[in-house]
Amino acid sequence: MQKPKASRQAFGEALAELGAVHPEIVVLDADLAKSTKSELFMKKFPERFFEMGIAEQNMVGVAAGLGLAGKNAFCCSFACFVAGRFETIKISVAYSGANVKIVGTHAGVGIGPDGYSQMGLEDLALMRTLPGMQVYQPADELETRQIVAHLAANPGAAYLRLTRQELAPLHGEGYRFTPGKLDVLAEGKDVAIFATGGPTMHAVTARAELAKAGIDAAVVNVPSIKPFDDAGTQAWAAKVPLIVTVEDHNVLGGLGGAVAEAVSAGHGSKARVVRHGIPDVFGESGEPDELYAKFKLDGAGIAAVVREALGR
Amino acid sequence: MATEAELKTLERTLIQARIDILEMITAAGSGHPGGSLSAIDLIGVLYAHHLRQDPKAPSAPQRDRFVLSKGHGVPALYAVLAERGYFDRALLPTLRKLGSPLQGHPVVGTAPGIEACTGSLGQGLSVALGMALGARLDAHDARVYCLMGDGEIQEGQVWEAAMAAGKLAVDGLVGILDFNKAQIDGLVSDVMPIEPVEAKWQSFGWLTRRIDGHDLSAIDAALSWSRVREGKPKLIVADTIKGKGVSFMESELVKWHGVAPTQDQCTQAVAALRARLGGN
Repeated sequence: MQKPKASRQAFGEALAELGAVHPEIVVLDADLAKSTKSELFMKKFPERFFEMGIAEQNMVGVAAGLGLAGKNAFCCSFACFVAGRFETIKISVAYSGANVKIVGTHAGVGIGPDGYSQMGLEDLALMRTLPGMQVYQPADELETRQIVAHLAANPGAAYLRLTRQELAPLHGEGYRFTPGKLDVLAEGKDVAIFATGGPTMHAVTARAELAKAGIDAAVVNVPSIKPFDDAGTQAWAAKVPLIVTVEDHNVLGGLGGAVAEAVSAGHGSKARVVRHGIPDVFGESGEPDELYAKFKLDGAGIAAVVREALGR
Repeated sequence: MATEAELKTLERTLIQARIDILEMITAAGSGHPGGSLSAIDLIGVLYAHHLRQDPKAPSAPQRDRFVLSKGHGVPALYAVLAERGYFDRALLPTLRKLGSPLQGHPVVGTAPGIEACTGSLGQGLSVALGMALGARLDAHDARVYCLMGDGEIQEGQVWEAAMAAGKLAVDGLVGILDFNKAQIDGLVSDVMPIEPVEAKWQSFGWLTRRIDGHDLSAIDAALSWSRVREGKPKLIVADTIKGKGVSFMESELVKWHGVAPTQDQCTQAVAALRARLGGN
């Protein structure tokens, strides 16, 4: 049985392993290698690691140049700081079609006591708007490893969103991540909880709590924010009366946005979509579990949001 | 180093390139003539005598690369690329037109020979640095040249890149500064002064040289100097004149940053340039 592990840790371990198989992988960090866990790669492949200092937009541009010169450049920092260099990502990476994997760790309020200035809460929305940019967010260690392997093996621009906090294992060894596909963790007929990243494990807890109240909730993990599974989402909207999206991100433009866009474009939808996340407010300091409780992203909170939406 | 005869021939080629720039921008009805004309001699000498690229194989992995960081000067690059056979000259009048590969600013994958998307100023030097690091990792001696505008180096990212290139001692990287003294809102010295420019770059770990950016022999000598690897990145500061070669532009530097000539103005400027071609 796997143990809980932060997705940043799983990323660092996987990347260090993949470095041996993929000599074209290079890694850049901006004075956060110990935190993003890119240091695990640095220790094994120092000649392919570039410490760029506290200068993220240059790091992103240099990664683009490396990508255009035949490398697969993983460019790491906190989600907040790297996605914040949006215009460089937009032009040097996405528009140039550079082979760059932007890795944003410490996503969301899950970073905890450092507070809002360190919290990436808008990165999914930003990255989704760039044509050709893939956007992935794993929910546990196994999924992280598989997404990192996918990014190591496939050229193109992508954004990978990772957590500081530990994530409980949600998948068995037989799991296979597929870009552009939903991952159904549990079936249900009263409501489908669509979750991504850090809160996904709490959605599973919420399902058990809801069952006690006689509510049969499906839990759908969404590791692939872009490409997004429009058809799969529309199929859920046609068979359940309610979809609740759950994310440690602003409710604007992230998973909730992707689901609402897909459902509104689909035929035969009977589902209302309730977008749950950080309700377009700034984050704040606190322990991660306190913040997840405050923003109703823990099991009890998600269950309460679902019950309120169902009125039962 | 190019021979005197080669530079003499190139001088005529670059007069024709100036005509192409003016006709392209006039046909488009918009664009940046001033900064294209200030940069054309730098780009022309680079492509004719220093950049190791095959126009018929512009994606060869070990090629030298040129990043036009001041992307608004792209008519100058298109003129040179067309002249050197990267694509058909017949495309030039399609600049900025719907569906044309000749986009208003450089775009990878459109016209052959474009290495990076630029136009959001300040980004090209970082990209060029990454390309030079890639060449170093692959142990081939490709050089990467990056042409920047003078106003452009007001962007903070340029100095992040300058600092990183100094730290990493990337001697396959050559910066060229098109110091034409004017930007949209006025003279660079008024809008946001950049002098003492050589001292700034030297303090970031670069070797520098300052030249007249319209003296083909001086450009050629500086580019030859830049090819010698000395353990540091190099910057060529080229003093240029915005609108060089068109008298009514040279006399109003700021005005001609981003304004297309009228058809009459274009005709007048082209006639003057043609006269120079005929007189030689």
